[in-house]
Amino acid sequence: MSKFKKKKSGELPAVNTASLPDIVFMLLFFFMVATVMRQNTLMVQNKLPFADQVEKLDKKDLVMYIYAGKPSERYQEQYGSEARIQLNDKFARVEEVQQFIFQERESKREELVPYLTTALKVDEETNMGLVSDIKQELRKAEALKINYTTVPGDPTQNM
Amino acid sequence: MARRSSPEVNAGSMADIAFLLLIFFLVTTTIETDKGISRKLPPWQDEEVEPPTLKMRNVFEVIINSNNELLVEDENLEVSELREAAIKFLDNGGGTGDEACSFCQGPADPELSVNPQKAVIALQNNRGTEYGTYIAVQNELVAAYNFLRNREASRLYNVTFNEMEAAYNDPNYTGDKDALEEKIEAIKDMIPQKLSEAEPKES
Repeated sequence: MSKFKKKKSGELPAVNTASLPDIVFMLLFFFMVATVMRQNTLMVQNKLPFADQVEKLDKKDLVMYIYAGKPSERYQEQYGSEARIQLNDKFARVEEVQQFIFQERESKREELVPYLTTALKVDEETNMGLVSDIKQELRKAEALKINYTTVPGDPTQNM
Repeated sequence: MARRSSPEVNAGSMADIAFLLLIFFLVTTTIETDKGISRKLPPWQDEEVEPPTLKMRNVFEVIINSNNELLVEDENLEVSELREAAIKFLDNGGGTGDEACSFCQGPADPELSVNPQKAVIALQNNRGTEYGTYIAVQNELVAAYNFLRNREASRLYNVTFNEMEAAYNDPNYTGDKDALEEKIEAIKDMIPQKLSEAEPKES
């Protein structure tokens, strides 16, 4: 009996998988940190138009979102197919936009209020009538910095 | 003294649990920064203010009707032609004396603007216009301004305007931010974005 058993030649040693959990955890932490859970459930159709002269909208906490478009299919029975505004998780009337802006301002720290931007996420099929009504309300509420959220792409596809 | 060693915890399933969590976060993650066209609205005015009178040649009128058709300076245009027309208007440089434009490369057409500081683009849309068309038009007009700003920035500072703005917004930028801001402001003064929007017409 030999003290050192010779390995049978031809059989590969099993790959050591002990570090696999570490790798997976690393990935896990990355995605946990990078994840932003969707705040609002969309209740309107929201196919954004294309544009290529875009600016990035950083600092998500300083952005107020206003959605507009036709109600999604499952809401059409109840709300019809006329384009509507969605604020937070509810459909809203144009007059409620000002109130929404004031509420959002209240919830932010005072020194950040001047940097607030309003992102208009409007479906490309919406009529400008609704959009300009929203803009008028924003002017009245003195929320003058706006951003028309778009998808990078060729703008002639919008037609 | 016999001390019982505690049995080792089996960590074999750890990887499975981690994978499960990983897949959950993979699915829920949306790494997206919103992008879009930034605009500044004019402040609200209660009383009617007499609009300043502008010379016709300094106003570039863009009208979009409810069928998403474009009327630019009383001419029917396609959206794809708008950028060129706007650049031609802004870059005309038809001024003389005080109003002369030192950097314009246009043909100095007497029908078009005297210089980019005086030039105003007036956008009028209809309540029935589709938002997609409106964005396409906005995009083209911003593109016209960006084209001229980039051109002048490359001529003066050997760097495009977009690059300067990107550097200015970059927190890791190591150069002189004040100098950069000055340059950006200089370009903005040379070619200000004067885009006026009228309230949409009914029907």
